[in-house]
Amino acid sequence: MQENFTHVVLADDDEDDRLFFTEAFDELKIKTKVETYKDGVDLMHWLIQTDVLIPNILFLDLNMPKKSGLECLKEIKKLDKFKNMAIAIYSTSSSEEDIENTFVNGANIYIKKPNDFKTLIKVLSDVVTINWQYHTNGLNRDNFLLRL
Amino acid sequence: MRIFVKCDFTKACTKVIEDTLSEFNFKYKMLGFGEIELLQTVASDTLKAFDATLNSYGIEIIENQKVILVQKLKDAIIDMVFNEDQNINVKSSVYLAEKLGHSYGYLSNLFSEVTYTSIENFIILQKIEYTKSLIAKTELSLTEIAFKLNYSSVAHLSTQFKNTTGITPTAFQRIIAKRRALANNPQ
Repeated sequence: MQENFTHVVLADDDEDDRLFFTEAFDELKIKTKVETYKDGVDLMHWLIQTDVLIPNILFLDLNMPKKSGLECLKEIKKLDKFKNMAIAIYSTSSSEEDIENTFVNGANIYIKKPNDFKTLIKVLSDVVTINWQYHTNGLNRDNFLLRL
Repeated sequence: MRIFVKCDFTKACTKVIEDTLSEFNFKYKMLGFGEIELLQTVASDTLKAFDATLNSYGIEIIENQKVILVQKLKDAIIDMVFNEDQNINVKSSVYLAEKLGHSYGYLSNLFSEVTYTSIENFIILQKIEYTKSLIAKTELSLTEIAFKLNYSSVAHLSTQFKNTTGITPTAFQRIIAKRRALANNPQ
């Protein structure tokens, strides 16, 4: 009766980043199901289908062609059915302004893309573990802010 | 107009469960800690329907003994953190071991196995959650919150907050305020 895996989705235009991301999740103890999309338009097209299985965590790259991560974030936040989905920004930017702006617009997590694979595994593991706490303990998602 | 409500989750959940139990005409006894004794045998498909009804409230029947014990542990920890009225003078490890009747070593291993995190981390997480809700909903200063939650100093709370969430309490407060402003005046 309990879901025993975490469903994560990433939208990122960089093919290498998508590959590292997927491979990092294979290394985690927690069972996950990972899907990736190559840009914001592609992601939103998939996400707004009516019978979509809503992910537990959605990772958004900020700088993507056609539709940016911030635009996706704002669109998703307007839709009630995604209110229990955690949104993580996954970006190379470490500008304080970017970070605060995404939080204010409803992001739960901000991840500065790590430079090495080992750190990436650690960071993603932390995110999934903490999200799992929110998921299984009914913690208040409005107060869920995490920066890594 | 905008109002804020404070919820007693345990009370709300218990009421939902009791109403549902009555709706299904079950004879039962509430044992506390999310444990219910059914005083009759119930067909498995009826139990399934019961579970499905509860699922719509985000409540579910848990089956595994380990999961049950971990749930009791979590409830005890949450109770310990959020009910600051009860004065717990012993270390949390001693308190939890006594309350649940198992050695702390056993509880600690079990907890890590089921939840992928340690009891210590879970306690910190809950304390920081409590701090966040106090920052968001009350006018208390961080110093007052630190005192309320038995931190030795406001610096200790600040550091733990930053380590857990990656942002400072002040930044958290600012972000929540800006979110509210944005919700009131959408761009």
